[in-house]
Amino acid sequence: MSELKLELKEKIIEQLNLEDIAIEEIADTDPLFGEGLGLDSIDALELIVMLDKDYGIKLADPKQGRTIFESIDSMAAYIEEHRSR
Amino acid sequence: MNNSYYIQSYSHIRKNHISLNGATLYSDTEDDFSDFIKAGYKHLNTEYSKFFKMDQLSKLAFLAADILLKDEPEKNVALVLSNQAASLDTDRKHQESIKEYPSPAVFVYTLPNICLGEISIKHQLYSENGFFVFEKFNAEALHVYANSLIDEQKAEKVLCGWVNFDDGKYDAFLYVVAKKGTFVHSIAEINRLY
Repeated sequence: MSELKLELKEKIIEQLNLEDIAIEEIADTDPLFGEGLGLDSIDALELIVMLDKDYGIKLADPKQGRTIFESIDSMAAYIEEHRSR
Repeated sequence: MNNSYYIQSYSHIRKNHISLNGATLYSDTEDDFSDFIKAGYKHLNTEYSKFFKMDQLSKLAFLAADILLKDEPEKNVALVLSNQAASLDTDRKHQESIKEYPSPAVFVYTLPNICLGEISIKHQLYSENGFFVFEKFNAEALHVYANSLIDEQKAEKVLCGWVNFDDGKYDAFLYVVAKKGTFVHSIAEINRLY
């Protein structure tokens, strides 16, 4: 699980172009949106694409993203449970 | 038509140089535009993290405009930009991405006027704006449009110019038209500064 969390942090920084943020600055429980990393709605769509492309997870309802993308912890837990690759 | 307006200041980004009123603010020898514009952004202490999410055209327009607007107190500044390639560079990236997984972050930049939004958000401008696509730099059209915006009291000042990006090649020339300034706002003067 900790490997997956590290992988997610790397992917988020790279794919969402968070040039000013280092991996060690993202805590597993930090909110990804709003006060935390400050991600926006386009970033949310990118994360949905990432779940499909990298882990074979298709979100039928984009509103699910609200809980899944709360933090690195919640993302990793969802991916572990639902991944097909 | 009122011709008594002035060019308050102007900026260029071309050939690895970023300049304000003809004086170089930053230059390097990077071959790659991404590396050059990122280094320029950092050198100028711009501090706007959304910059890294922008497409190349928006980065070019944003930085050329930021040089002119960072110390500008007036908020009723209209934006009138133009280029030749529209958003073609990003359109190609989007076309490539839709073969597999389309990227929403690329898709949102598949219009050239998005760069106007980026400038407006950073500088909190709620002003008139327009983006035109011309065959080449068109001082006549920009001159008429800027004069009209100020004549009609749609804006106090107008940030005008040319921001073109395609396939790694880039050229930006922006200037602020105001009621006071250094250079007369005339077609000849715009072309000379360009």
